[in-house]
Amino acid sequence: MLRLFTLCLAALMALVLPASAKDKLTVYTYDSFVSDWGPGPKIKTAFEASCNCELEWVAVADAVATLNRIKLEGSGSKADILLGIDTSLTAEASATGLFEEHGISTDNIKLPVPWTDKTFVPYDYGHFAIIYDSEKIKTPPASLDELVNGDPEQKIVIQDPRTSSPGLGLLLWIKAVYGDKAGEAWTKLSRRVLTVTPGWSEAYGMFTKGEAPMVLSYTTSPAYHMVAESTERYRAASFPEGHYMQIEVAGILKSSQNKPLARQFLDFMTGPGFQNHIPTNNWMWPAGKTSDALPDAFDKLVKPAKSLLLSADEVNASRKAWIDEWLKATTR
Amino acid sequence: MKTSGTAGPKPAVLAGLVALGFIGLAVATPMLALVAIAPALPDLSGDYLGFVWSITKFTVLQAGLSTLLSVLAAIPLARALARQATFPGRHIVLRLLALPLALPALVVVLGIVEVWGRQGWISTMLQSTGLSGPLNIYGLAGILIAHVFFNMALAARLLVAALEQIPPENWRLAAQLSFSSRHVFRHIEWPVIRSVLPGIASLVFMLCIASFAVVLVLGGGPKATTLEVAIYQSLRFDFDPPRAVLLAGLQLALCAGLFVLGGRMATDIAVMSSVGKPARRPDRFASRRIDSLVVAAGLTFLALPMLAIVLSGIAAPFGVIVSQPVFWRALVTSLILALTAATLALVMAWCLLAAQRTIMRHRIPSRTASAFMSSMQASGSLILVVPPVVIGAGWFVVLHRTGLANSAAPVIVAIVNALMALPFALRILRPAVVGQAQIHDRLCASLGLSGLQRWRLIDLPVLTRSFALAFAFAAALSIGDLGAAALFGSADFVTLPLLLLQKMGSYRSVEAAGIALLLAGFCLGLIWLAEQLKPGAQTS
Repeated sequence: MLRLFTLCLAALMALVLPASAKDKLTVYTYDSFVSDWGPGPKIKTAFEASCNCELEWVAVADAVATLNRIKLEGSGSKADILLGIDTSLTAEASATGLFEEHGISTDNIKLPVPWTDKTFVPYDYGHFAIIYDSEKIKTPPASLDELVNGDPEQKIVIQDPRTSSPGLGLLLWIKAVYGDKAGEAWTKLSRRVLTVTPGWSEAYGMFTKGEAPMVLSYTTSPAYHMVAESTERYRAASFPEGHYMQIEVAGILKSSQNKPLARQFLDFMTGPGFQNHIPTNNWMWPAGKTSDALPDAFDKLVKPAKSLLLSADEVNASRKAWIDEWLKATTR
Repeated sequence: MKTSGTAGPKPAVLAGLVALGFIGLAVATPMLALVAIAPALPDLSGDYLGFVWSITKFTVLQAGLSTLLSVLAAIPLARALARQATFPGRHIVLRLLALPLALPALVVVLGIVEVWGRQGWISTMLQSTGLSGPLNIYGLAGILIAHVFFNMALAARLLVAALEQIPPENWRLAAQLSFSSRHVFRHIEWPVIRSVLPGIASLVFMLCIASFAVVLVLGGGPKATTLEVAIYQSLRFDFDPPRAVLLAGLQLALCAGLFVLGGRMATDIAVMSSVGKPARRPDRFASRRIDSLVVAAGLTFLALPMLAIVLSGIAAPFGVIVSQPVFWRALVTSLILALTAATLALVMAWCLLAAQRTIMRHRIPSRTASAFMSSMQASGSLILVVPPVVIGAGWFVVLHRTGLANSAAPVIVAIVNALMALPFALRILRPAVVGQAQIHDRLCASLGLSGLQRWRLIDLPVLTRSFALAFAFAAALSIGDLGAAALFGSADFVTLPLLLLQKMGSYRSVEAAGIALLLAGFCLGLIWLAEQLKPGAQTS
């Protein structure tokens, strides 16, 4: 038994032995970005073709976890770049003092809102949206207000803002639209909420299993079903009040030993070699220059007339208070 | 410490102390590390304390009710399964009882929603017969259904194992005295059940305290917030490690307190000496009809969500799944991890129990000895309520400082999984090990057998069945565990549950359902494998 155990331990260690020792750029990101079907492996090939270096992805569970990992590691981190946090976390990330100004040209960047952050560079964006099952709902809510005040028997599954990015997104969306009245809006909306899940996966899984006809997700979600499953059954509801945005960004660590290479990567990130892989691998809108045309499915997506985004500093300062407000309003 | 003339006792006690030290180190180090990196003391306002109080009440309420229902349902099921020792398919039923433990909570939640949800099978049936509207399980009901699904199976399996240890002499006696079913229960079964019940109930209670995804999803939202959610939130979104440690400490203290209360109800382990096949029970004919009913009801409750999981998995594109290299990498990693963790858990459990047996045998009365006994009981119980997210983050801090974070990650994951499996292993092995001791000690003393020789010739053969069961549970637990493996992300270290979650998180829920099915299959395979672990000469 002991021999088997030693053997197993050795095998476990062998699984993570380091590879070769070329000039290496280490990028921390969330795990779905680097899964076999995510954009990571393709971007690695494209970047390595031009940089004579090795790009190493280190994947942590999700965006929040990547930032926590950086905080835990402090200035001893072996990361050169952190890629994958969104604008609800950038102020918190900047406040750690572990990041430095990117110093690259932002000419390629295309976003529905002006970009002024000097530390972080955006690489994609999306809008949160209510996705509905068109076989169950013939007249979807035509506005956020209709969603909030609609039939309590028509249910929606949402995510918990304490544990999930989309959950926090909806919290900020309602705050951006209702301001001081957000608490009342939540009390009304909670009558329609079937349940609140810790992450996106549980919510979307319950939705596609038919347990609820609506779910909180992204405007780009229907594109996946159109491209991969050739169905237009799942659609996004368009709200005239505007849709809250999620902008995903990357930044350079102060402690990086490879800053020129790191800058080269961020520069590369805003161009086609990176951006072409975003739409159908990360299912988000590219935030830079692409050379491939977007798939037709993206033309059919809801394009919000208005993009909502609270400032990163405001989010950082008030998040706790807003979550408390949400807790009070929904547990009443 | 006083020892007898032989050299036997000392190494056993020493091994136990080493195991205990190892466990303490593995759990305390990360908690201290997290406190050490704290920039400031946690901010604990009156409002926050009020919040903590209300979620603590809810945590204890849901865990207490879940435990009560699971155990109450498990007793008749276990009695029926133990009484009917020969019906066809019994082996498979017993193996299936270990399966819920191996399934990631996310998979089980979706399976339960498919059966019990608003649009689930039961709702559809009720509505089509016009009996009632759709069920609404979101709230305490949903939490209880899911927890009973997980834990009734577990409790029943452990109770069956205990009941099967009842020596055949008792049954012969019962037959001679023409015991009624009630007499059998009162005089034969209940003493055994009572001796293992506190251990089983405390295990179930801890699993329910630490439950996270089930509670949030089926609890219907923030009303169903538990301490575990607050710990997760304070470590991740708020990044407040000291507060996370404080809440984890509260959770630990809470469980420890309840166990001290519960410990008063515990009884001595019933002496058992069953070697070989479970006895043919004289009462198996009279109770056949009621047993069939009980087993059928229990199985239906367990099988429906499993059937839902199978049905959604069976449609998966298995060709696509197995053609991906990452699937094989994940499979190999998971299998190695499960085998390593299960082995380590068994070694630790054996060390602790052998030490305990030695102390009991020699009636060592010192204060050290009694301190050892109680810390052993505690370590075997409380590990499950130290949130993996805390252990993981803490160890990460320690390893990062030493530059070992990446290479040591798999070892830590294996150790964390082994620690989580330890409470199971201890509960399964303890009645057998300590019970056997009382019977065989004199024999061994007169033959002059001790140490390894005794282990090989006397202990191992009679303990095989318990070892196999403990190994199966430990392996099932670690092959299905997500928590520990997810903490040390690295593109190279992917386990099956992690792969499943990644698929689920990128719209590929059909592939994820297929992986869940494969995961269940491999788990059954491991359980089968564990049952084949027999020393050459002995038949069991």
